[in-house]
Amino acid sequence: MTATPAVRRYAAHPFWQAVAIMVGAYVVVVWVVPLLPGSAIVPKSVVLQYMVTVLVGVLIYVSDNEERWARFKEPIVAVLVEPRLRVARAALLVVVTALVGLIAYGQVATTVAAPPNLRSIHPAPPAEITFRGRSITLTGLENPLRAHPDSLAVYLAEGKSVYYRNCLPCHGDHLDGQGHFASGFNPLPANFQDNGTIAQLTESFVFWRVAKGGPGLPREGTPWNSAMPKWEDFLTEREIWAVILFLYDQTGWTPRTWEKTGEVGRGKGEGS
Amino acid sequence: MTADVLVLLQAAADSSHAYGEFPLIGARAAVWIAAEVHLMFAAFVLGVPMFAVVAEAIGIFGKDQRYDRLAKEFTRLLLVAYSATAIWGAVLVFILATLWAKPWSYLTAVFGPSMWAYAALFFCESFTLYLYYYGWDRWKYGRPKWGHWTLGLLLNLWGTIVMFIANSWLTYMMTPPRDITPTTDPATIKLWHAIANATWMPINVHRLIANVVFGGAIVAAYASYRFLAAQTDEERAHYDWMGYVGNFIAISALIVLPFAGYWLGREIYQYDQSMGITMMGGFMSWLWVIQAFLIAVLFLTGNYYLWIGMGRIPGAERFRPYTKYLLIVLVLGAIVWGTPHTMIADSKELAAMGGSHHPFLGALGVMSAKNTAVNLMILTTFLSFLLYRRANTRPVVPWAKGGTMIQAAMFALAAGVVLFYGIRGYFVEAIVRIGFSVYQVLAVLGCILFVTVIDVLMGRGAQSLGAIQWGKMPPRSQYALFVLAVTFTWLMGLMGFARSGIRQYWHVWQVVQDTSKYAATPALGYASKMISLCVLIFLTLVAFVFWLGGLAEKSTFVAPGDREGGGGGRHVGH
Repeated sequence: MTATPAVRRYAAHPFWQAVAIMVGAYVVVVWVVPLLPGSAIVPKSVVLQYMVTVLVGVLIYVSDNEERWARFKEPIVAVLVEPRLRVARAALLVVVTALVGLIAYGQVATTVAAPPNLRSIHPAPPAEITFRGRSITLTGLENPLRAHPDSLAVYLAEGKSVYYRNCLPCHGDHLDGQGHFASGFNPLPANFQDNGTIAQLTESFVFWRVAKGGPGLPREGTPWNSAMPKWEDFLTEREIWAVILFLYDQTGWTPRTWEKTGEVGRGKGEGS
Repeated sequence: MTADVLVLLQAAADSSHAYGEFPLIGARAAVWIAAEVHLMFAAFVLGVPMFAVVAEAIGIFGKDQRYDRLAKEFTRLLLVAYSATAIWGAVLVFILATLWAKPWSYLTAVFGPSMWAYAALFFCESFTLYLYYYGWDRWKYGRPKWGHWTLGLLLNLWGTIVMFIANSWLTYMMTPPRDITPTTDPATIKLWHAIANATWMPINVHRLIANVVFGGAIVAAYASYRFLAAQTDEERAHYDWMGYVGNFIAISALIVLPFAGYWLGREIYQYDQSMGITMMGGFMSWLWVIQAFLIAVLFLTGNYYLWIGMGRIPGAERFRPYTKYLLIVLVLGAIVWGTPHTMIADSKELAAMGGSHHPFLGALGVMSAKNTAVNLMILTTFLSFLLYRRANTRPVVPWAKGGTMIQAAMFALAAGVVLFYGIRGYFVEAIVRIGFSVYQVLAVLGCILFVTVIDVLMGRGAQSLGAIQWGKMPPRSQYALFVLAVTFTWLMGLMGFARSGIRQYWHVWQVVQDTSKYAATPALGYASKMISLCVLIFLTLVAFVFWLGGLAEKSTFVAPGDREGGGGGRHVGH
């Protein structure tokens, strides 16, 4: 089946090419990406970001060449000035006005959903914390249980027990943040299977987060509405290290390691 | 607990003399505007002389008077810009001394002698500039011309030392040497020990390169302003060419700037991990998403300018069909680079994604993807420039075909290395992944270097397909140059805030605490507005400087007896 001459003419026109690219990009971002295996809907903020980028690309394409730029403007100028297109002009006026109105309405209409907010997922950890009154330097700190490879199985069993007794309701059986209570929280409990959580962090960072929970976040972490308790009030230091071992073992992630340079260990605690 | 009590005691002891208040906008906004606008003018007066002295050298060595005129035209702008820099510097000092006495007295206690040297060098710099500008026509030929050029070098030397000194103050505030504590008496700190702190040299290098970029962008913006206001074809041809040269220098230096920034970031991490995380992973991380956007704008605009420019080059039509593929790479690169790892989403979207990381697009939010995207964008921009450069020539050397194939293979190899390490980065631990970026960078730089060498050799005696028709550019190409200058200025403000803001509530990191009512680090929204205001103030003043530049001396092309619109606009060469 071959395209009719009219279709071919439209397809070769820069204006309609631009429209087709914009529509195509929107369809891909909003409908195709979510259909991909393991994917999900794309947040509106990201859709907007992608569409603006594509629009800039399209504008560059249509205007980087005099001839193409002149052709691109033809239908726009025609709709705006030609008497024979009076109906199209009126329709365009209505559509643009309605569109602006709709967008404005969408921006100001109240909804029951909490507005999106910027969150620091990985707030900066302090160089040193106190755990039940004892000072622990986080910089350069490794999981002490890993120093005993022969006992790892025991520690893992202990960590598993700690996890199922304390963490399961929120972080879930699959460690994916989909526990029974998960849907009650905003933001959702951390998904340890995601490559953006514990996979990016040192074990000392995870220790700090587990020990201090939501209330122990630094100022930059606010506004913060993490519901995680301060586990140092309920678990021992060894239990926390054990559950961290379990998290990495179950998910298959390797904890981030410290850079091996002379600088490691120069935590501020040592300097001042 | 003890620390909190100490802070309260310190705050009480500071009482009313440590901090002052500024009417209406407050002390923080006042010092912010003064420091930022001063810094932007300082970048102007450091970047443009670099540009001028190189242009003068090209004029001398290449015996091309156009470059000499170009250098002089810019030095004229410098005279006014120097006054503006000094005025804003004085405003900054007065604000610091009257409103921010606590950090100011501490810094003067540590850096006093370097401040005197700073003033003395500024004095030398100003007088060197006067000699450089007013002696231009007097020492125009022969040996005196070399003496004049040496003045230009001296001007740059003074300026660079002045910048290095000022850099030592601000880097000390970020990364004071480890042995300095809140109880160290500032008068006992050795000056060199304070100057040679962890981030001093990385900032020096980063700012030096950034000033070249900024100088080029400002030159291009000035040229575009004069182009749009031009009355004759000759004027248009001259300013079109000037805009091209400015843009070329800005984009060329921009390509190496990220590597200097990477070094600076690394030093910050090495010095204090929590400071590094605040910058890259904590609340400042959103600035990097904005930065990605703005740098994407720079790449897209820089390429756009080159592609439009092909319209005035005979022979360029051979390459124009390919620009759309380059554009696709750039747009995809911009999309990947701008994809945030942690997305802004409402509760429904968060629930669907299972968190704030998108299960599919989240893969584009990590460093592997971003490094790959930016390296491919750099390669693409370089290819664009290569096509532009070759547009009106046809190589005649017998090995031209083989040379082109080798060049293509080098591009393919570099892109392959970048993609390989980009993909492999997903399967190794973070510490290994960080090292991969070095291989990617080396592949890109190696490609740029070798392809350029081949191109220069291949271009020897090349057949010309016609002269570049300078001046035959549509006005929108000149707006692209404005966009570049505005974006560079904005980026300077935003990234400067990221660097300075990570000190949080410290004047000097973990040594002198900010106990003023402005101690809290401002929210990003407020910071963005303040930075935008500073950019607006600076650009308004720069517009005034540009206007003065035209007022003080009419364009070098509008000399008495010049033919009105006569014949010009057909300069040859790049």
